[in-house]
Amino acid sequence: MAKTPITLKVNGKPVDGLVEPRTLLIHFLREQLNLTGPHIGCDTSHCGACTVDLNGKSVKSCTMFAVQANGADVLTIEGMAAPDGTLHALQEGFREMHGLQCGYCTPGMIMRGYRLLKENPNPSEDEIRFGISGNLCRCTGYQNIVKAIQYAAAKLAGAPVKEAAE
Amino acid sequence: MNDMTPSQAERAEKLQGMGCKRKRVEDIRFVQGKGNYVDDLKLPGMLYGDFTRSPYGHARIKKIDATKAKAVPGVLAVLTAADLKPLSLHYMPTLAGDVAAVLAEEKVLYQNQEVAFVIAEDRYAAADAAELVEVEYEALPVLVDPFKAMAPDAPVLREDIKDKTDGAHGKRKHYNHIFAWEIGDKEATDQAFKKAEVTIKELISYQRVHPCPLETCQCVASFDKIRGELTLWGTFQAPHVIRTVASLISKIPEHKIHVIAPDIGGGFGNKVGAYPGYICAVVASIVTGRPVKWVEDRIENLSTTSFARDYHMTTEIAATKDGKVTGLRVHVLADHGAFDACADPSKWPAGFFNIVTGSYDFPVAHCAVDGVYTNKAPGGVAYRCSFRVTEAAYCIERAMDILAQKLGMDPAELRMKNLVRKEQFPYQSALGWEYDSGDYHAAMQKAMDTVGYQKLRAEQKAKQESFRRGETRELMGIGVIFFTEIVGAGPSRNCDILGIAMFDSAEIRIHPTGAVIARMGTKSQGQGHETTYAQIIATELGLPADDITIEEGNTDTAPYGLGTYGSRSTPTAGAATAMAARKIKAKAQMIAADLLEVSEYDLEWDVDRFRVKGNPERFKTMKELAWAAYNRVPKGLEPGLEAVNYYDPPNMTYPFGAYICVVDVDVDTGVTKVRRFYALDDCGTRINPMIIEGQIHGGLTEAFGIAMGQEIRYDEVGNVTGPSFMDYFMPTAVETPKWETDWTTTPSPHHPIGAKGVGESPNVGGVPCFANAVNDAFKFLGSTHIPMPHDHWRTWMAADKLGLHG
Amino acid sequence: MIPGAFAYHRPQSVKEAVAMLADLGEDARPLAGGHSLIPMMKLRLAAPAHLVDLGGIGDLRGIRAEGADIVIGAMTTQHELIADATLAAKLPILKETALLIADPQVRYVGTLGGNVANGDPGNDMPAVMLCLGATYHVAGKGGERKIVARDFYEGAYMTALEPGEVVTAIRIPAPPAGHGAAYEKLKRKIGDYATAAAAVILTVSGGRVATCSIGLTNVAETPLWAEEAAKLVAGSSLDAATVKKAAAAAEAIASPASDNRGPALYRKKMAGVMVARALARAKSRAS
Repeated sequence: MAKTPITLKVNGKPVDGLVEPRTLLIHFLREQLNLTGPHIGCDTSHCGACTVDLNGKSVKSCTMFAVQANGADVLTIEGMAAPDGTLHALQEGFREMHGLQCGYCTPGMIMRGYRLLKENPNPSEDEIRFGISGNLCRCTGYQNIVKAIQYAAAKLAGAPVKEAAE
Repeated sequence: MNDMTPSQAERAEKLQGMGCKRKRVEDIRFVQGKGNYVDDLKLPGMLYGDFTRSPYGHARIKKIDATKAKAVPGVLAVLTAADLKPLSLHYMPTLAGDVAAVLAEEKVLYQNQEVAFVIAEDRYAAADAAELVEVEYEALPVLVDPFKAMAPDAPVLREDIKDKTDGAHGKRKHYNHIFAWEIGDKEATDQAFKKAEVTIKELISYQRVHPCPLETCQCVASFDKIRGELTLWGTFQAPHVIRTVASLISKIPEHKIHVIAPDIGGGFGNKVGAYPGYICAVVASIVTGRPVKWVEDRIENLSTTSFARDYHMTTEIAATKDGKVTGLRVHVLADHGAFDACADPSKWPAGFFNIVTGSYDFPVAHCAVDGVYTNKAPGGVAYRCSFRVTEAAYCIERAMDILAQKLGMDPAELRMKNLVRKEQFPYQSALGWEYDSGDYHAAMQKAMDTVGYQKLRAEQKAKQESFRRGETRELMGIGVIFFTEIVGAGPSRNCDILGIAMFDSAEIRIHPTGAVIARMGTKSQGQGHETTYAQIIATELGLPADDITIEEGNTDTAPYGLGTYGSRSTPTAGAATAMAARKIKAKAQMIAADLLEVSEYDLEWDVDRFRVKGNPERFKTMKELAWAAYNRVPKGLEPGLEAVNYYDPPNMTYPFGAYICVVDVDVDTGVTKVRRFYALDDCGTRINPMIIEGQIHGGLTEAFGIAMGQEIRYDEVGNVTGPSFMDYFMPTAVETPKWETDWTTTPSPHHPIGAKGVGESPNVGGVPCFANAVNDAFKFLGSTHIPMPHDHWRTWMAADKLGLHG
Repeated sequence: MIPGAFAYHRPQSVKEAVAMLADLGEDARPLAGGHSLIPMMKLRLAAPAHLVDLGGIGDLRGIRAEGADIVIGAMTTQHELIADATLAAKLPILKETALLIADPQVRYVGTLGGNVANGDPGNDMPAVMLCLGATYHVAGKGGERKIVARDFYEGAYMTALEPGEVVTAIRIPAPPAGHGAAYEKLKRKIGDYATAAAAVILTVSGGRVATCSIGLTNVAETPLWAEEAAKLVAGSSLDAATVKKAAAAAEAIASPASDNRGPALYRKKMAGVMVARALARAKSRAS
């Protein structure tokens, strides 16, 4: 199948690619751009480990063709830290609150957390749980992930952050 | 030392050693998406492998035609059993003494069994080609009911061993029989039942489930023809064992095999054994001379890699009429699928199921297990359960509840009456285990007091009356359990994997500037070993944890170990770490004595230094001693400061816990809401409370999934129903209850730091707690046992059977 | 996990899209949000040779009032439905239902048009459309036409759409102010397809139900408009006996499949339970 050229912005940088129409966005990111942060955890678009932020939306990159992302603005976990290396409040929160164990769901969780906090900067616990219902985790039981997102919400709002993990 | 010297407490805090909530070292790379998982690996010239799989549950293979597949652009080769047979690799040995097909030769024995392996330049071409391999099958009658496996007219499954009456674990009773195993005093137990005032008997089945880590099984095999060396990266919970097995079956010498387990996205037992994908990738690499990557997808993972449980336990308890248990008798029918690929220590075909006497003082007990073959995926593994401990705990905890109901006793009261008493430790159980330590009554009381148990029972009673009056359609259930689990396999006298004793190891090397590198024979898949082993060393040696690098998973550099599963890392490698550290400390003490010109016996240890007894201003810190070790050592000692320890544990360890759960069941829909879940765990010495709590949260969530909806089910013609996340119940943050955790600390007397391990406790205790809670809701209406999983429809059916839908 | 190969097309207008679908014939499928189609393609349960991506067609987006109707462009995402203030005020059942579809990521991309046109008995919006008496605007090589939702669904994955036709907009007559609405969905977990679900729109006058419309999700090969059940309820105060009869009438038309959500018998009963609960909730919201 003849390949299609695409142009998009990824983590702030313009990117060119050549893909088959059927190339999934997740494979384009991981294999052509070497952004191996987003992960694959299922075949049925349930687990959310592949979540990226695309044109201001949380999107499962395994359920989109790279050609559909032509012209899009994409943010992955690799683009979350500041250029000087300072971690984003969410990245810091996940560490402070022990919101990860094996780390496999983490990039997707953080990317979803990023958009969730933009939708709702001060979410309740129930709103956070509902907000991450498209992201599965097998290790943490979610409780500390909720705390991690609450930590980030507080930090982003300039409020004093909760003490380290209980 | 003087007024300027920081206090002991200050110095200890700086070390970030044992007992503190040290932040995880691993997180720094994971939160940046810089983890190093197998599928992240890219090697020049790397190829991809993919399987063609059988749609049938049982069928003869008449013909395989790979012509169309080979014609797909980018496809290099298609392997079938015919290609593996000359290398004797079409079958591989299992950990349970059986063999399992790598690629199906004459027949397929379960749906999705591997039939051909396509090798291509990219994964898209491999996927296309895998669809195009044409296989002609002749369907055979399917056997999916383990209770029918030994019927005289049952279909023959394993034609390859049909005439073998001697199995790996003794005589086989039938061509579909695998092993019979028994333990305990049958006669004394039968006597106890004859004399019993009260008995109960129930078939307690634990459904087939799957560990389902978020990352599936995968590997990259790279055979270097020039050097004759194989490098194998993979999702391996036990990398050294994989290396040894790979050497034995490939005949490549072990020193020329390099196995690397990088970051692993969850294991839970799924990644202990070897799978056809690993072997095919290795062969493909040898054949093509290029690296070959194999990554399974989720459906493949759920339907073919090792399942867990599928134990059908006919359970009987004998007791006095005031509730003292006098005997336990259990017969288990174990469904192993098409091949016995059970990951157990070799002498234990039913794992440590004989922990089934649980936390209770049974004077006599007997247990017998029969394993059978069926047309299902092979296995099983220990899904966060330490070798059938989850099955045993579910069995005894359900049975005790059933007994309590028959006696008209409160289930907590029955437990209190029968828990092993503090003074009985170390306790010899009726089925052969020596429990190391515990204060069960204190833990149980603490749990009951914290949740306000009596108040909950009073509330339940009021709600039952309300239900009877038609005022509510909700039933309240209270689940109580007290589990004892057995982990830390294990002593060489009774624990080995394929003949390799189940010790574990640690090697610690201190650099001149006092920084440390340490390697262990275990392999974390999320348990935080890079953080916690450093805490042990920090406390033992008085060096800051942040100055200690921990490495696991590279078989070239890590000392030999049996890997991480069965909560064994802390009990075995954690012990080895402490022991190796103590060797170093002993040498450091000699160096200090030499430097301070005193006798070793004149020195005492103070957090991070040796100081002279009675003269504390004279001291040498471990950091100073590290430098000295490379600079000036006393006569007779070598320079350097390092040690290795291979730890053969004297016993297993026995973590325990008391869990209490409150549920509300909507009788008209069958929906169960978990109102409260309290878990008290005793894992002995607590190395990092933050990590322990995280393990409990995660294990309870897995238990919730199992108890409330997970199952891998087969229909009558062998189709596996629902092996994807569309159906396999994976709770989201919305369904998952909020967990309350608590603890008591009863150190293990035989462990160098008194620690027992904790990773699996929540799955062991969680499942029966949920099950007991749901069952408890219906008890007052006469229900005795509703089997798991407690999904909506089954709970509704139970309510319907009780006539609750009017 | 990996779909078969296909050719990709991205028209800029409805006219262009319709022409492409006509030219490319049976092996072409329109691509809306893709969150039903792409998963099927990854499992190779669907293998179209051509995909016509409707994502570039501006005319297919937008929510507007047109007289007494609300018209929603087919490519409007569930997320946009949830966020729209007009819908929240005039058609709250849409927001309530959308929030029960899948998860946040899917809702960012999944469209109303895809959800109503797919013909998947598990989709939630169709029953709501039946309940509301919606009409679908359709474009094809033969021109434009309108199909009433209640006549649209013929079987599992079978609708009244002719080959090459696409739904371009959904027209909904706004229920009167003060109406009560509810979408009651029983599911194994958040985001799952319904074990059974009921959509109810009703108005109340003098403590009694004046008008009522009921739709059922995933308890048959198509969404169901429970006309009988709704008739039974009209004029009543939703007393226990009447609700019981309505639930029974809903059960009577349900013929769900047995699947991992439960046996048919159970799911049938749940249709009735969902109707009862949706009625109660809708009434509590009516004024």
